[in-house]
Amino acid sequence: MTRRARALAGALGALCGLGLTTLQAAPSTEDAIAEYHAMFGDENPAELWQIRGEALWHEKRGPRHVDMSGCDLGLGAGVIAGAYAQLPRWFEDTQQVQDLETRLVTCMTTLQGLSREEVLKIKFGDGEKKSELEALTAYVVTAAKGAEIRLPMQHPAERAAYALGQGVFYYRAGPHDFACATCHGETGKRIRLQTLPKLTEPAGAQNAYTHWPAYRVSQGELRTMEWRLQDCFRQQRLPQLKFGSEVAIGLTMFLAKTAEGGVMAAPSIKR
Amino acid sequence: MKPLLKLFLQAIVIGLLARSAQADGSGPNVAAAMRASFEAKRQATMARLTQDETQRLCTQHAALPLPRKVAARITALNRATVKPPSDGAYFGDLKNGEVIAQTGTGLQSSDDPAKPAGGNCYACHELAGSELAFGTIGPSLRQYGKLRGNSPAVLAYTWEKLYNSNAQMPCSNMPRFGARGILREQQLKDLMAFLFDPASPVNQ
Repeated sequence: MTRRARALAGALGALCGLGLTTLQAAPSTEDAIAEYHAMFGDENPAELWQIRGEALWHEKRGPRHVDMSGCDLGLGAGVIAGAYAQLPRWFEDTQQVQDLETRLVTCMTTLQGLSREEVLKIKFGDGEKKSELEALTAYVVTAAKGAEIRLPMQHPAERAAYALGQGVFYYRAGPHDFACATCHGETGKRIRLQTLPKLTEPAGAQNAYTHWPAYRVSQGELRTMEWRLQDCFRQQRLPQLKFGSEVAIGLTMFLAKTAEGGVMAAPSIKR
Repeated sequence: MKPLLKLFLQAIVIGLLARSAQADGSGPNVAAAMRASFEAKRQATMARLTQDETQRLCTQHAALPLPRKVAARITALNRATVKPPSDGAYFGDLKNGEVIAQTGTGLQSSDDPAKPAGGNCYACHELAGSELAFGTIGPSLRQYGKLRGNSPAVLAYTWEKLYNSNAQMPCSNMPRFGARGILREQQLKDLMAFLFDPASPVNQ
């Protein structure tokens, strides 16, 4: 494991250098990613997060000194295989619709006895500041590779989350009048050279949803769906989306439900 | 009479509550959920979540073709905001115009509020033939001035489009650059020069 981690870290360093040279030569993201694949094959630096997450999952932590094997992500205590492909969903114990990330917070606080503040101190990693939540997310998401997205959608709160997410998708606001639909409401469009998926149809939503979380080459970080959504809103010129908020969960539900039938391929590599 | 009055008042309160819970006409109260789900970050204040009438109407009618009455209301509302250039001159600096068209930053929480915002025209439009990294959400504006000439009508139309896109096309995807204070008057003039100047790379 450590040898593999070291090899990946080497690839990661080379990738950072690669980013600089391609910036001067060609602006195309696809080119940079193709170049990366040519050099490193299917190696994905996201594996570094996954390896760290796997260790965290099995480590006895917190005041209660327990590992995460008692954590129910919807398919039973400790079951992680395919769990991400069936989230967000309703959880009886918290009486809430939760996505993976908020559910992990629940497990870390209720099972391990860690404080919410502690767990959420680093929601999104930044260089030396590593996020435990991101590592655990990478581990659980990887265990859903190949699983078909299929949401239970039986509880009224799940349907309400979907309806809210759909409403948010079309909500125009801010100085620029942007909604999610401004960029993601039509098929075959681009921003600059970046192709935009139409997220209101299965094909577009599947393509997007099955590839997140992703290792973001331009940032050298693994980024989660919660991160992706708050970054969309930043570009919409809106305030900061709160982690685990009803809009975050609702939009994730709307995207996941629209992506139903898609086969999980995350973590992927993105520009 | 008293119990009847009480009943009457109750009916009004229930009616008002129902209305506020369904502010957008049907389904969930998206506006309230938005307010509960965001927090101010630097220049991106919570006030940005509050929709003006144009945004509210465009959201409400997002899924279906815009009813004619609503479309007329939106264009009238927005046409009223358009201010012609204060000195009557449409054209500013062509080079600055090109920079504004290329610049994508401005008004994001991550942007420096002291710097002027860009127009980010290339995000959605083809302009100069030499710039291959252009988006396709909006129509191509290649050779804009060369193809259209510079009659007073064309200049006034283009100024209005830049100042407030919704004056001509209700619920356009294009921001209302002048009316919403994204670009200043001088920046709009610079963009006009970029679009119309025969020497502009747009018109080569």
